[in-house]
Amino acid sequence: MTDGAGRFESAVAAGVLASEEQFARLLRSIVEVARAIFGAKASSVFLFDTEADELVFAAVAGDEEQHLVGRRMPSSKGIAGWVLSSRTPLVLDDVQKDPRHARDVAASTGYVPKGMMAVPLLDDEEVLGVLQVLDRPQRSRFSLQEMDLLGMFANQAAIALSLLMSARRARQALEGAGDTAAVAKLAAAVEALEGARRESATSLISDLARVLGP
Amino acid sequence: MIEFLAHAAAEDDDEHEDEEDLPAWSLPKTAADRISIDNPLPERVDKEWALGGATGKGVKVCILDSGVEFGHPLVGDLAGAVAITLDEDGDPVAEEDTEGDLCGHGTACAGVVRSIAPEAEIYSVRVLGAGFSGSGPVLLAGLRWAVSQGYDVVNMSLSTTKRQFGEVLHELADNAYFRGTMLVASAHNMPVESYPWRFSSVLSVGSHEEDDPLLYFANPDPPVEFFARGVDVEVAWIGGESITATGNSFATPCISGITALVLSKHPGLTPFQVKTVLYLTSANVGGSR
Repeated sequence: MTDGAGRFESAVAAGVLASEEQFARLLRSIVEVARAIFGAKASSVFLFDTEADELVFAAVAGDEEQHLVGRRMPSSKGIAGWVLSSRTPLVLDDVQKDPRHARDVAASTGYVPKGMMAVPLLDDEEVLGVLQVLDRPQRSRFSLQEMDLLGMFANQAAIALSLLMSARRARQALEGAGDTAAVAKLAAAVEALEGARRESATSLISDLARVLGP
Repeated sequence: MIEFLAHAAAEDDDEHEDEEDLPAWSLPKTAADRISIDNPLPERVDKEWALGGATGKGVKVCILDSGVEFGHPLVGDLAGAVAITLDEDGDPVAEEDTEGDLCGHGTACAGVVRSIAPEAEIYSVRVLGAGFSGSGPVLLAGLRWAVSQGYDVVNMSLSTTKRQFGEVLHELADNAYFRGTMLVASAHNMPVESYPWRFSSVLSVGSHEEDDPLLYFANPDPPVEFFARGVDVEVAWIGGESITATGNSFATPCISGITALVLSKHPGLTPFQVKTVLYLTSANVGGSR
């Protein structure tokens, strides 16, 4: 890759489009803040893959289970599946008594929590995934205030996620096939040229624009 | 396969067509004496009148949810169970449910109803398991099925945020209301638009923090209309277990169970009358705490 193409890409990335790294940092931040708000042992987020109809384990905070990121599970089973489908938060204690849940969660997180809060990440009428907060301290009974806080935080997280997901889709479109990608590649190629060749190319594109223009 | 559910619109209520003596759209002078209705409500409606000594006997309560575990000790026998799925053409079908509960949530709701109305007939209509993309059509088909079965109470501890389903849900909710099926729907725990709980033809339920399952409050500031026990509730869960749960999901079957008590003691009350009775017997209105 030449400097010119690099400039194009960095300009695009800085001005418009989020990077994979930013996306991962946001997910990580969401689970870390969720864990901190509730003083919980762990927190994780599942993103919904609409094409595969699966929940993808996207980030975790609190345990040494980073290697599990990327694991998948069916979208309509278990507690996370119910929260996704019903778009309704759930707060459960003693979930380790649920044999199916214990097996599923152990497979996806390597750890079976005693208590869990699960809340949908809702962006307007779409559901982006499910945020889970595991094993908050059992110091007192649960309060409706905590439920409100869970919902408000999930909403904020969903807004941030939605923005970055749109940018991510746009960048994937630019990198992939299609008209937008062709234009981006042309722009990158022109950026990469120098001197007279670059002037010729710019002139050619200007002529093309005149011919195609109104 | 029990029945195809492919048609999209809410079905019309054909039952009234046979009752040609009853005026449907207007009231001629000569017909006024033929529509005399005995007022089933006493001068003073209190909780003892409304549900004292009631068991839910003879009342059909449907749990529209993730299924209900067969033989759970806190639920007991089910009067029936169907699963709504999509066929190869994507049309919804209702089949006898052989899988039970895919999550635990439906069993929890059924257990709450059973704990309040021990003799109610509990039916399960499972609307989870057809994959996420099918969840909207399956929910609509499940509700349509439940309304067509003539259940007295349908517990919906779930909602959809999809506006495209809102209109049909609204039709179905109104249809249920006019047919005498009380839809009891969970209000959303989050500040989002979702359906059907916002419709005035359903009973919408949020949570209070007290421990009494028979304690309920009327909300002077709807759309959430009633508050019932929804925090740290011991509920039935899959594997014959019970766990502690919080959410409007669990307050909703409290009101479903209480509605079953009222209907078992006073069969034939319309959803409008049931709502009035619940309002008059709410702890913050006239009921005793």
